[in-house]
Amino acid sequence: MRYLEAGKRHTVRFTLNGRAVEGDAEPRLLLSDFLRQTLGAFGTHVGCEHGSCGACTIQMDGKAVRSCLLYAVQVEGKALTTVENLATPDGLNELQAAMQKHHGLQCGFCTPGILMSLTQLREEEPNADEARIRDVLSGHICRCTGYDGIVKAALDVFGDVFGKN
Amino acid sequence: MKPAAFDYAQPDTLGEALALMAKKGEAARICAGGQSLAAMMNMRLATPEVLIDIAGLAELQTIDIANGAIEVGAGVTQAELLAWPKLAEFQPLLAQLLPWVGHYQTRARGTVCGSLAHSDPSSELPLALALLGGDVFVRSQRGHRIINAEDFQVGMMATALEADEMIVAARFPLARPATASAFEEVAQRHGDFAIVAVGAVGNKDGVRLGVGGVADTPGVVDLTWPVADAALNDFAWSLGGADDQHATARYRRELVRRIGRRVIDEVHNALP
Repeated sequence: MRYLEAGKRHTVRFTLNGRAVEGDAEPRLLLSDFLRQTLGAFGTHVGCEHGSCGACTIQMDGKAVRSCLLYAVQVEGKALTTVENLATPDGLNELQAAMQKHHGLQCGFCTPGILMSLTQLREEEPNADEARIRDVLSGHICRCTGYDGIVKAALDVFGDVFGKN
Repeated sequence: MKPAAFDYAQPDTLGEALALMAKKGEAARICAGGQSLAAMMNMRLATPEVLIDIAGLAELQTIDIANGAIEVGAGVTQAELLAWPKLAEFQPLLAQLLPWVGHYQTRARGTVCGSLAHSDPSSELPLALALLGGDVFVRSQRGHRIINAEDFQVGMMATALEADEMIVAARFPLARPATASAFEEVAQRHGDFAIVAVGAVGNKDGVRLGVGGVADTPGVVDLTWPVADAALNDFAWSLGGADDQHATARYRRELVRRIGRRVIDEVHNALP
């Protein structure tokens, strides 16, 4: 049994955006704080810290999850993807470019989480329709856009399996 | 919004988990998906000394059909049950209700049994267990027992579990032939805590209605066809809801009457 004592730091190793990373964490350290404060990966944002706002959403082993409801010690050996993984050497990826085109963001606080949810959804359901996209976006709070720009951006890139774009 | 310090335990077997619970008692909490517990710990509404993470236990990852029920192991996430290909055939109410449980992003981690153990009055899965007359299979180092839905949830976020016991599986009875079901809820945002959630299962004789979000535990009533408005109104009043920051008791009664009527009609129309 892996038993990690409170108040002591324990080494955690996992894959972040395809790169092996490691750092020390007390059991109570949230994954969101570990990403930002220990690893310096500031792309993931921290909002409500109780799983409601969605800003901290990342991908873990092929699922979109809240990094504020996970402890760093729980992701030992797992594969994590964050918003830093999306852009290509040529610039923004398709989804990011569509967000820019449709004004899917203003202040940008919620954007990393929304991009990760939509990225995961696109991998699972590339033909998701507007109703499904809005259903998935219900797990995020955006106080700037009214969501319509985000939905338009998503609709631009979903349903692309037959080469629409 | 950071949790208090705790020891983190990741047992390799269910036996190890139960032994640790027997040793630590009230000081330990089981964590499967942690989608309610971690939030409560962040708010320090829960401050366990030891967190026992059972998410990695392979023996709890099963969905089976046995003893006339769908048996859902304690490691099975809400998303996994929703994606189970036989769900709509064997228990359509669960297929109708699971999309309302939390969000896409929390269903990916949150477990079915964890939601039952948490037993929030507004959550959908305790309502499903009560409405369908299911039970939970509970284990401790002392042995095992089966607790019926009506005996399991004893109050708001309170269950009949002893400090050394854990749910190892939840059992939802299979849908019977010539029945129909429906589910609907009202919340501030889809996936948020239900202000009122209503499920219904019916056959040619009548309909069983279940309501969450109003009282401390799910309310269930059996009604015969045709269901009169007066019967629905009596049921709405019998639940005894209170005013809170989300809605008044009066508004909740109105929702029970209106959504109740809608799901009853939906069941009636879907019956063969």
